[in-house]
Amino acid sequence: MRNGATSESRLARAVIMAIGLGFFGLFLLMPLLVVFAQALAGGIGAYLDAIVEPDALAAIRLTLLVAAISVPANIVFGIAAAWAITKFDFPGKSILITFIDLPFSVSPVVSGLIYVLLFGAQGWLGPWLAEHDIQIIFAVPGMVLATIFVTFPFVARELIPLMAEQGRDDEEAALSLGATGWQTFWHATLPNIRWGLLYGVLLCNARAMGEFGAVSVVSGHIRGETNTMPLHVEILYNEYNFIAAFAVASLLALLALVTLVLKSLLEWRYDYHGKGTGH
Amino acid sequence: MTSLAADGPRGRVRRRPLFRAPSIIPGFGLTFGLSLTWLCLIVLIPLSAVFIKTAGMGWQHFADVALSERAIAAYRLSFGASLGAAFINAVFGLLIAWMLVRYDFPGKRVVNALVDLPFALPTAVAGIAFTTLYTANGWIGRVLEPLGIQVAFTWVGVVITLIFIGLPFVVRSVEPVLADVSRDVEEAAASLGATRAQTFRRVILPAIFPALMTGFAMAFARGVGEYGSVIFIAGNMPYRTEIAPLLIITQLEQYDYQGATGIATVMLIASFSLLLVINLLQAWSRKRTVD
Repeated sequence: MRNGATSESRLARAVIMAIGLGFFGLFLLMPLLVVFAQALAGGIGAYLDAIVEPDALAAIRLTLLVAAISVPANIVFGIAAAWAITKFDFPGKSILITFIDLPFSVSPVVSGLIYVLLFGAQGWLGPWLAEHDIQIIFAVPGMVLATIFVTFPFVARELIPLMAEQGRDDEEAALSLGATGWQTFWHATLPNIRWGLLYGVLLCNARAMGEFGAVSVVSGHIRGETNTMPLHVEILYNEYNFIAAFAVASLLALLALVTLVLKSLLEWRYDYHGKGTGH
Repeated sequence: MTSLAADGPRGRVRRRPLFRAPSIIPGFGLTFGLSLTWLCLIVLIPLSAVFIKTAGMGWQHFADVALSERAIAAYRLSFGASLGAAFINAVFGLLIAWMLVRYDFPGKRVVNALVDLPFALPTAVAGIAFTTLYTANGWIGRVLEPLGIQVAFTWVGVVITLIFIGLPFVVRSVEPVLADVSRDVEEAAASLGATRAQTFRRVILPAIFPALMTGFAMAFARGVGEYGSVIFIAGNMPYRTEIAPLLIITQLEQYDYQGATGIATVMLIASFSLLLVINLLQAWSRKRTVD
């Protein structure tokens, strides 16, 4: 019992480790393992068949399409919002930041519902859209909108603290040397924020590809047409087609693992997070 | 491009901006305008639709749909299960944060990375994985079933998945603050004759308490609105195992838009109140750390 008050006894330490690792195994490791175990339960052939099945491929394509639109949209918004908020002083800044964070605290189902209220058949713009033969709800545009909503804060909230910490000196120096606004952004700001930006994009993309609740509300649930991968997983699971459900789910789990590995690499290699990227 | 260049330092003599403090950095109009427009179009106008639609309903009708017996049962499950899960996460999340900050062990980097799994794993995948684990012939259900403990398709299952969803909020809130607790203070406590348990309770816990509360509130807030991971394991029986977000979906499928909107309003008011509480807790936590 040396250092009795600055560290635990070996017994206490062993008990804490055992409980912590047990909890970790039960709640994090086992769900992850069961996805791959179930996906491969029918052998590698059944696994591959489930993935190359046309409806599954259509779901993968749609998921990629939705992410390919919503992630860049959020990158542009995130950079613009972070630039306005960190490079200038204006009243109401903290309210603006709170509004940007708002989608994180809204239930995914409500995030889908708000677009149904706007664009659905009974919604505000419903009759006008029907007249012009534009379909948003139960179609891809609605799914893109709902995805943009739920991923809205990711890039901005990663960049705002980072750019606030880095201050304005680099930009002011570049400008006083005669650089234009765009040159300043590309050569002075972007190199400083690239890892933070990548970090935000990584998390934004994982959520965009995996979103379920919000997309479920605005999707038409038509196989091969308006099903993303998570929605396809649900349909297969509810049809008791477990191997196929877990096969598609395993692709999403792999996406999650790749995201976590890249995220850890960024945190470790560039000592990024909380400390800023520096040079 | 032109707006940025025209606003640049080499341009005409700049008039003092009305709204913001003067700066030589260009692009305020473009970036502020773009983000405000985008924010209004994607977030603020659609969210206001819920409140405007509810306001048009009248109080009596709102009470009928949003405070019906079935809706109250759904709120009780969503809020109750989230609260229970957040409590469990506060205890075990603190323990895992402690492990990650204070101990070295093989595989620590893997454990550290996987703590964020609930942030990265799509909720539907988590939902079917937990259901498969806890049904009668699942890896865990097989053990619990003979003991008479049923998890799948009961409220216990809802709590279990919400523990998964909320865990990283607690760990990631506590971790940095725990790492900042100065060893000097602990040594001072030790030299004054405190036992390890006393040091933890009197020195460490007060320092990390605001962060722990923040993590707790975030886990709770996330759990209340959670949908994808819960619906597979919940059983979804009205009055018993039906969560509030599912009730919204059920109303929508029956084309009962007013019913769905009424419940959504209650959920939104709850989330905004929680957001306020979390912001206050974070301010408290920051103040503690700075002191």
